Amino acid sequence: MSALATEFTVAPTLPKWAAPVLVLIIAYGVVPFVGTSYLFEAILLPFLALSLAGLGLNILTGYAGQLSLGSAAFMAAGAFAAYNFNLRVEGLPLVGSIILSGLVAAGIGIVFGLPSLRLRGFYLAVSTLAAQFFVQWALTKFSWFSNNSSSGVIDAPTLSIGGIVFSGAAGRYLFSLTIVTVITFLAYRLVISQTGRNFIAVRDNETAARIIGVPVLRTKLLAFAISSFIIGVAGVLWAFAYLRTVEPAGFNLDRSFQILFIIIIGGLASIRGAFFGAALIVVFPLVLARLGSFLLGDIFDSGVLDMSQRIVLGALIILFLILEPDGLVSLWDRIRRRLGSALRLTRR
Amino acid sequence: MTIISKFKAVALSAALSLSVALPAAYADEQYFPLQSYRVGPYAAGGTGFFGGFIDYLNLINTRDGGVNGVKLTWSEGETQYEVEKGVEVYERLKSNPGVAAWNPLSVGIAYAMIDRITQDKVPLITINHGRTDSTDGRVFPYVFPLLLNPYSETSGIVNYIASKEGGLEGLKGKKIVVLYHGSPYGKETIPIYELLAQKYGFELQQIEVPHPGNEQQSQWLTIRRAKPDFVVLRGWGVMNPVALKTAAKVGFPVDHIVGNVWSNSEEDVIPAGDAAKGYTAITTQASGAEYPVVKEIVKTVYDAGKGNLEDKKRIGSVYHNLGIVNGILNVEAIRIAQEKFGKRTLTGDEVRWGFEHLKLDPAKVEALGAKGLFHSINVSWDNHEGEGYVTFQQWDGAKWNVVSDWIAPDWALLRPIIEKSSEAYAAEKGIKLRTAEDADAVSTN
Amino acid sequence: MMADFDYLFFIEVLVGGLLSGVMYSLVAIGFVLIYKTSGVLNFAQGAMLLFAALTFVSLVERGVPFALAFAITFAAMVAIGIAIERTVLRPLTNKPPITLFMATLGLSYILEGAAQLIWGTQVHGLDLGIEDLPLEIGGVFISQFDIFAAAVAAGMVLLLSLFFRYTRIGLSFRAVADDQFAALAVGLRLPLIWTTVWAAAGLVALVAGLLWGARLGVQFSLSLVVLKALPVLVLGGFDSILGAIVGGLLIGASEKLAEVYIGGYFGGGIETWFAYVVALAFLLIRPAGLFGQKLVERV
Repeated sequence: MSALATEFTVAPTLPKWAAPVLVLIIAYGVVPFVGTSYLFEAILLPFLALSLAGLGLNILTGYAGQLSLGSAAFMAAGAFAAYNFNLRVEGLPLVGSIILSGLVAAGIGIVFGLPSLRLRGFYLAVSTLAAQFFVQWALTKFSWFSNNSSSGVIDAPTLSIGGIVFSGAAGRYLFSLTIVTVITFLAYRLVISQTGRNFIAVRDNETAARIIGVPVLRTKLLAFAISSFIIGVAGVLWAFAYLRTVEPAGFNLDRSFQILFIIIIGGLASIRGAFFGAALIVVFPLVLARLGSFLLGDIFDSGVLDMSQRIVLGALIILFLILEPDGLVSLWDRIRRRLGSALRLTRR
Repeated sequence: MTIISKFKAVALSAALSLSVALPAAYADEQYFPLQSYRVGPYAAGGTGFFGGFIDYLNLINTRDGGVNGVKLTWSEGETQYEVEKGVEVYERLKSNPGVAAWNPLSVGIAYAMIDRITQDKVPLITINHGRTDSTDGRVFPYVFPLLLNPYSETSGIVNYIASKEGGLEGLKGKKIVVLYHGSPYGKETIPIYELLAQKYGFELQQIEVPHPGNEQQSQWLTIRRAKPDFVVLRGWGVMNPVALKTAAKVGFPVDHIVGNVWSNSEEDVIPAGDAAKGYTAITTQASGAEYPVVKEIVKTVYDAGKGNLEDKKRIGSVYHNLGIVNGILNVEAIRIAQEKFGKRTLTGDEVRWGFEHLKLDPAKVEALGAKGLFHSINVSWDNHEGEGYVTFQQWDGAKWNVVSDWIAPDWALLRPIIEKSSEAYAAEKGIKLRTAEDADAVSTN
Repeated sequence: MMADFDYLFFIEVLVGGLLSGVMYSLVAIGFVLIYKTSGVLNFAQGAMLLFAALTFVSLVERGVPFALAFAITFAAMVAIGIAIERTVLRPLTNKPPITLFMATLGLSYILEGAAQLIWGTQVHGLDLGIEDLPLEIGGVFISQFDIFAAAVAAGMVLLLSLFFRYTRIGLSFRAVADDQFAALAVGLRLPLIWTTVWAAAGLVALVAGLLWGARLGVQFSLSLVVLKALPVLVLGGFDSILGAIVGGLLIGASEKLAEVYIGGYFGGGIETWFAYVVALAFLLIRPAGLFGQKLVERV
């Protein structure tokens, strides 16, 4: 709840639309011209895809309170659906395939969200694992999904919207950025709408929500549908813009956990949380790896270094959960408030 | 004391390396970016393969002073066998000067790199694995599934089983079960087994084991009921020892199980204990440390304390020797390219030309100290596999022993199927088929 | 069709499935112990299993006798249990379950990393001295090893029930499992109980690690066996040891029968998700699992 409350605190000095607009100006106006291929391919592209997936899961888990461990399955469903729409429907523009693939993921999300009508907490979380294993099995089993490619691995098509071809690392970055921006804006509108308030009501107290007239069952399924739609589109970005190839094994349980980490570390029930969390999850291991090999690379071989990094990563996650259980968002807001009051003090 | 002195040494060397970290482009160097995996579920294979590869590069540097004076360099990035980590390492290491070739030893990472390396014009070596149709150099100019692609492996295994049954005619009426890993890798050979079953008239049943394969009770009960003459194990990771153990459990004779190229290492049989005794598996490179090149590595590299394997008992193991063979093929490709382009740092495209002229006949292999380690290779601009021969090894509880001659897969039979698949890929991606002239046009930057 | 139905084969599949189920139960029990007291799904159970098995097998390979290696490993698992209670659980008291769950994921990174850092990434064979050869009983082949595993599992469940029924700590454990706040109010010391429970989970991990390790080899993939335990937990209830046993048997038997008899219609390999389908179908009828406590909603 506290994370939610801070979402609406107005920044002390600037109007609240200023920060996102500034970020967008930099993202569109500066980054494409100064970024290196490493920045795009290894940091920004996975960051955008994972942020979007985190955003999707946050709607389900953070706002509507339904725990899911099946995110990677919905990503896979989205990626493979987009590939097939693109391949099999003549003349369908890429945006069309992406929207349709989101709808397919949403449909699958509703089916696997049905247990949420009777289950909650970890029972629900574990039952969403069924999606994880079933989708992966189906995609591997039926080679129609991968266009009977002998190896079951598919190649991404060229990215283009309205005749503009997004090629190269910077182009794929702009493509992802645009989709993420549009969906984030829509998600923001959603969570401040009546539907968003229904989600929160169901999360906080189901019985009370029912009493005040929230259609609980429909709200839960709607949360699953919207969340899976967004995660499905994230899967398309992951496959088409980032890796440029898809194999079912890439969407495994570890990916689902990674997305869950993103929203917990970033901040539950917060739009910004997904972005903060994804930034940390993508960048942090890289920094750790660089730092480790720079400082200790001469003493230990890379195997020892990597296992130590795994230990450090695990320890830092636990430490973070202990020190900042509400996520990076609340940390960020605290820092900003301090800065704000410091500023006001100096002005006086 | 040791730790403190080590830290001192590191601090000193860090200070030194900072002061001389300016572009050190003194002599000619050829660089291998290594997307290795020494952690995670497949670490055992990764340490063996990359250990052998690095050991061989070390041997060339120490013994010969590099390839014709061009020093070989490398650095590692950990992938844990995960595709996105592999891509990150690729992006991190690709801008280093003088990249010779990429050797990820991971199908997933290799797939994600095909577009990228084709654009960079740097060869991608997928020894013994990778996508079958990348054998066709007309469509995949920079991808080299050296020695053995999955289809050739299938043909080699069937030919071996035939040799046990008194020739290819002996296969008629026999029953073979293929137990495959539930992944794109596992499924890749399904159509080829079907084709060969039709051609040679044996009965075929293909059974899937879901990933990761730590439970195979029902599959093996089905197998026992089917009473096949042979079971082909197309496994991966933990699936292999579990298959052997479960076979023993249901009473299926282990000497009628034939493993494929990813079910053929020590790591696959040691966990199965006695249940693995008598198990046979295909390989492109014999294991053991008795080959001259392996002995030289022990003498020049390990005895000087520069060996890459922590556990010296693993010298000459399947993955270690595969790494050594991979090293030989990479180094010889560079040597061949140097003869044409000059004894200097080569561009990726020049190394590609070297790979496309990589012809090592048995005499040449012997001169390299690898007689018996592997048979020969004959890569050309349109055949990127290079007609590798296979042999079969049997596990005796402590080590692998070669139990067959070198066997040739039926390349002529497979080539049209490969071309059909690669041409379909070319059509889907809008790729123009390369010709011999295109292959000779080499980019020098 | 029914005339050629091979009953012996059916029984063989059924028995094999039940015995596989026992192996799942072994892993599931570790989850149940911790869920009962801390309300958290301890995902690090798999890593604990790996850590225990790897430590044990590495000690044995270095010439330590079997019993001593077992004792040392058990001591190590207890130490880890205490450390987890001190450094992870205590600071996270009263945090939402999902935070605790994430913490156990972090814990699994630490344990996996530490196990491989200390003992290396090599795969090991583990020989417990029980031959895994088929035993013929009335025309049905049954694995000796599976029978041994079932016996060990039964013994362990007996031991745990005795412990929780007749010792002071055990009684407090049940009090905590029933109602944490009430237990606190009457002055029970939660930290001690948590420590004991994590130590018990360590023992379960060690036993399960040895049995699974003998079967799979001791290697990284050992930690993946938790995935087999999860549907068992859904079916049996997260907080019931009896449920873990019965759930394991049901899941084991039904997934094996399904794979053999209907897997063919789907092209095989359906085991991984079929277990979840069974568990879910069951839950639609009984949302708290077989023996799980009924969820009480308080407004």
